Amino acid sequence: MTNHLNLLPYLSIDFALLFEKLLLIIVVVTGSLVVAMYTTYAERRIAGFLQDRRGPNRAGPFGILQPLADGLKLFMKEDIIPTSSSKWLFIMGPGLAMLTAVMTGAVIPWGSALKIGEKVVSLQIADINIGILFIFGVVSMGVYGIMIGGWASNNKFSLLAAIRGASQIISYELAMGLSLIALLMLTGSLSMKTIVEQQMQGGWGGFLGWNIIYQPLGFLLFLICAFAECNRTPFDLPEAENELNFGYHQEYSSMKLGFYLFAEYINMFISSTVMATLFFGGYDIPFVNEANLANHWGPNIVALLGTVCLLIKSFLFLFVFIWVRWTIPRFRYDQLMDLGWKKMIPLALANMVITGAIVLWLNK
Amino acid sequence: MGTTEVIFWFLTAVAVFSALMMVFSKNPVHSVLWLILVFFTISGHYLLMNAQFLFIVNLIVYAGAIMVLFLFVIMLMNMEGDSEPRKNQWMTLAGIISGGTLMLVLVAALKDTGTQRQLVQMKEGQIGLIHHLGMVLFKDYVVPFEISSVLFLSAMVGAVIIGKK
Repeated sequence: MTNHLNLLPYLSIDFALLFEKLLLIIVVVTGSLVVAMYTTYAERRIAGFLQDRRGPNRAGPFGILQPLADGLKLFMKEDIIPTSSSKWLFIMGPGLAMLTAVMTGAVIPWGSALKIGEKVVSLQIADINIGILFIFGVVSMGVYGIMIGGWASNNKFSLLAAIRGASQIISYELAMGLSLIALLMLTGSLSMKTIVEQQMQGGWGGFLGWNIIYQPLGFLLFLICAFAECNRTPFDLPEAENELNFGYHQEYSSMKLGFYLFAEYINMFISSTVMATLFFGGYDIPFVNEANLANHWGPNIVALLGTVCLLIKSFLFLFVFIWVRWTIPRFRYDQLMDLGWKKMIPLALANMVITGAIVLWLNK
Repeated sequence: MGTTEVIFWFLTAVAVFSALMMVFSKNPVHSVLWLILVFFTISGHYLLMNAQFLFIVNLIVYAGAIMVLFLFVIMLMNMEGDSEPRKNQWMTLAGIISGGTLMLVLVAALKDTGTQRQLVQMKEGQIGLIHHLGMVLFKDYVVPFEISSVLFLSAMVGAVIIGKK
């Protein structure tokens, strides 16, 4: 009995906080899954529009039930594990891809804060002071999903695709990091929340504070790297079907394949949100002073409006992702590496030096 | 034991287990994957010591970049467990002796350190935070820092020269 009592003060878990964060995690993960689902629908509709055809329009009004039908189809299909594959790694591959895709949502500030009674609930799962580095860490883990899946399939096309994918992601990670260093020189903080709050301080209701105004080149480089990191056309070399059949997920079927395809769309959504957060003010509502508005309408409505605003910004980027896919043809592998190492990295370095010089000059 | 100490011992157990699995795995790819798990658990320890920057850099550099290169090489060489040549028995013996000596030295060195009693250090101490680390690196130790960057540069130049041959 005494033992039981003694344990309690040590296991000081704040259950209210735990519950709050758990709820937030569930909302964010479900939200990104639903967005990813409907991005597949949007992709097919937009592709249809760009190619002068209709796209999926039969399941439900305007075909909006199509993603559900696709998901059901993937679940119902027979799940095949090739006999010559290494079984556990074969299962682990898509799981890792999905895990790393979902994990990044943890450090993104999805909104300011809700006020429920006395309690202030931040709309961010974890405000760690190394937020951007956390995203880089998770992105560099994302390679393993592709590599392990490709190797475990025991298929030479899969292996080649996996190695291509990994070297592409590593190469573009460098340029991505360098393009962000210039941004970090301006913000002086790695916390995503602080970066958003700094942008909200600018003139015109925050619009003039957006980092895109100060870092246009950095943003462009980051955008290109995001395409490469998500394996999207024009950089979808790992699944170049005319060279590698179906790429690293050639041997996969059923929901394991679904996980791989889905992880790509979640990655797209998350990187769109990261771009909106870092360069386009995050949950800042442009041309509106949030503090004044909160006095009129109450903080909760303004916080939710901010979240809607962030989602609209990231949906615009999702549209850009899809638009580019159906417009620009795929790069050749040597062109990809050429662009990454000989053009992106020098540009990012130049951007870094110029930004550093200007920061130094203005401080004096 | 508090929650953090439970986490500490859990991470320790996983780290030792996966390190052993790394050594005993027949398949080199499995070894690399176990090694990645070791890096994760050690990063967890950094986090418990409130060294957030070290935590994430360990993950990005070791687990994210260096291990990918390991995996690359092993996958391309396509080593099979059976085709690996038998190693010399003397080599095994030498390995055991040198490894054991290193362990002895490490245990002797760590036996009496002050941090022995302090397993976790949550929400205290600034030493591992990025702001403090930057100040120390670029103010107190700026010359060694720059010299080590020259060392990296020479390594890069060397790699380029070897690659061009």
